[in-house]
Amino acid sequence: MTLATFFQHLLNALQWGSFYALIALGYSMVYGVLMLFNFTHGDIFMVGAYIGFFVSSGLVALSSLGIIALPGWLILALTIIIAMFLTSFVGMLVERVGYRPLRGAPRASAAITGLMIGIVLETGNLKLLGAQRRHFPILIETQSYQLGPVTVTNTKIMIVFLSLLLTLALHQFVRRTKWGMAMRAMAYDFVVVPLMGVPLNTIAALTFGLGSALAAAAGIFFGIAYPILEPYMGLLVGWKAFVAAILGGRGSILGAALAGFLLGFIEIFVAAVFPSTLRDVIAYSIILIILTFRPHGFFGEPYSAQLRL
Amino acid sequence: MEVRGSTVQPAEAIARNTLLVKVRSQLAQIPLLGWLFGTLTAMAIEQVAGRLLARALGLSGVPGLFGLRIMLTKPALIPSAVAYVLLVYALPTLIVARLSAPLANRLAKLLLDRFPLWVSLVVHLGLLYATLHLWGGTSAYRMLFLSFIFISIILTLSLNLVNGYMGEFSCSHPGFMAMGAYVASILTVLFFVQDDVFGAPLLPPALGPFLFPLALIGGGLVAAVGALLVAIPSFRTRGDYLAIISLAFLFIVKSVIENLEIIGGPRGLMNQPKWANLPTVFAWTAICVWTIYNFTRSTIGKAACAVRDDETAAGTMTINTRRTKMVTFLFAAFWAGVAGGLFAHVMGYINPGTFDVKKLSEVLAMVYLGGLNSVVGSIAGAFGIQLLMEVLRPLELFKWIVIPVLLIVLMILRPTGLIAFTEVNVEDLLKPRQKLEKGR
Repeated sequence: MTLATFFQHLLNALQWGSFYALIALGYSMVYGVLMLFNFTHGDIFMVGAYIGFFVSSGLVALSSLGIIALPGWLILALTIIIAMFLTSFVGMLVERVGYRPLRGAPRASAAITGLMIGIVLETGNLKLLGAQRRHFPILIETQSYQLGPVTVTNTKIMIVFLSLLLTLALHQFVRRTKWGMAMRAMAYDFVVVPLMGVPLNTIAALTFGLGSALAAAAGIFFGIAYPILEPYMGLLVGWKAFVAAILGGRGSILGAALAGFLLGFIEIFVAAVFPSTLRDVIAYSIILIILTFRPHGFFGEPYSAQLRL
Repeated sequence: MEVRGSTVQPAEAIARNTLLVKVRSQLAQIPLLGWLFGTLTAMAIEQVAGRLLARALGLSGVPGLFGLRIMLTKPALIPSAVAYVLLVYALPTLIVARLSAPLANRLAKLLLDRFPLWVSLVVHLGLLYATLHLWGGTSAYRMLFLSFIFISIILTLSLNLVNGYMGEFSCSHPGFMAMGAYVASILTVLFFVQDDVFGAPLLPPALGPFLFPLALIGGGLVAAVGALLVAIPSFRTRGDYLAIISLAFLFIVKSVIENLEIIGGPRGLMNQPKWANLPTVFAWTAICVWTIYNFTRSTIGKAACAVRDDETAAGTMTINTRRTKMVTFLFAAFWAGVAGGLFAHVMGYINPGTFDVKKLSEVLAMVYLGGLNSVVGSIAGAFGIQLLMEVLRPLELFKWIVIPVLLIVLMILRPTGLIAFTEVNVEDLLKPRQKLEKGR
């Protein structure tokens, strides 16, 4: 591998990893605060992508009809904001329907309802919108820049940059604000902290909402990079991001993002060196080895996970 | 309570009450043996007169699944389907069961008193099998349906061992199943079948059905060896990280199979002889239920429960937690492998796409819906979900909305599953019933 192709792959890996990182953040937050697996999250990513698709298509139609003339970058910005906002409600709805009624139940029961809501979302999408694939509208022209032998596109730069920005914003939110403090307290002990007057249900809804908003951003970025949407797109990416989230360590936002990028790197570079069919084998084997030697992930505290069964 | 009492006429209430009591006291006298006699008769009646009766009622043929699917697809035929079920299944079962109750009671008492428990158990199982054989013998569809139910029961039970009794959250079961399925298939295809890839049979194919159990056991053993990959990390970590390890294991197994060109890669492996007929599957299920039931009541099964409740405390109480985890994992994986082998030889074709996350959610749903830590619960869960999936098949895509919504509602209503943490005493199940005392 020459240096030029190395940097080319590095850029692709950064882009690919930023999807994983953004989705993994949602898994990691829910897991950190509520100690639950949110198995719906991959499908929320899909829903976010579809919401982004409809919002952007609507805005494009509006501006092409001449009602409000908007430049492409403004449409994109509006799409990201509106889709994140709407998808966060989807996440809160999932929490309300599938997780809150099972608060006192075995943890695994909530995982099952999460899985089932995911199937409902996939099938509902297939039923409502039909089986044809949707093409995400092209909002900003892709421009390529030659940095020496490496080709850089503006969309890649934007995706990586915005993903890092969102990750850091979330990190700051959790570290600096009162809400973030409540979330961290809940992650520390969700039996005692509600007794101190922190509203558990509100914090849970907030956690789901924030995670879902980030998943929506990931969905839109995915739609920009690979402009084909289908109902089952959340399955593969979602499960891999789940693995990344746990690999990062419980409740560690930077850990989840780092693991997401790492997974992206592993996958892209394995596919570059070996036949691409071996990608999953090698990627997961590396994860297995990492977890064997660091069983609590990168930044996770070694703790005894009491399964509330 | 008093408001309700005043609205109903007292005499009517008493009359209904006594009728209910009468029916219940009539039914309470019937032992399990009597019920089996009843169902056996019902199946025999269906064999003889089912088709005729179905034609007379306006149905196109004998209803496949108790008329449930007919009710969904053709609402106009609901009365005929209900009439068919009543006439062929319900009424003969009830009548014969009640009439044979004195005889069945005496027989059950004789079996329990004169012989060891297992004789009585074998007699009951034999009758159950005869019933299922008669019911399934009428169509290949029913046969397949029953086989899938039994395979699901094995899978659910073995996952319940890890997720329920030992309290881990293992996601690798479809992986173990895939390993068992592929190894058993390779063994049978290599030794007994003329195949393009594996060449001429190494042994006379006539021996095949007799050596088939060995192939299944081989598949199970390989799955158990694969389980080491998940069991060894489980020494150092528990719960959630193990869930990831097992999930990674599942993806690795699937991906490795897809990359092995010699066993068909993503196209799958075919040409398996269909030796897993109903008696074979039934026998394996019976053995599985028996061994797992005994495992859960053995010292090591109790040790697994102790590890679930508190690993540290279990360790200080001289339980060898590593050995417990290892044995439970390997044992569960063995049965998942056997289930896979049976699955391959029921279908006659397998491909890696079968053993994916969707299969995982199916099995998880069966375990958690049926109930943790309960052999009966697992059987109920496997049966319930398999029946639901089959009955709702006419809804096509809509099925995948109805089933998950049903499961969510059930989960919210009964968060621990239908039958959790309870077990049926086999002897109580088989013993003769007495008449209800007057006034109870």
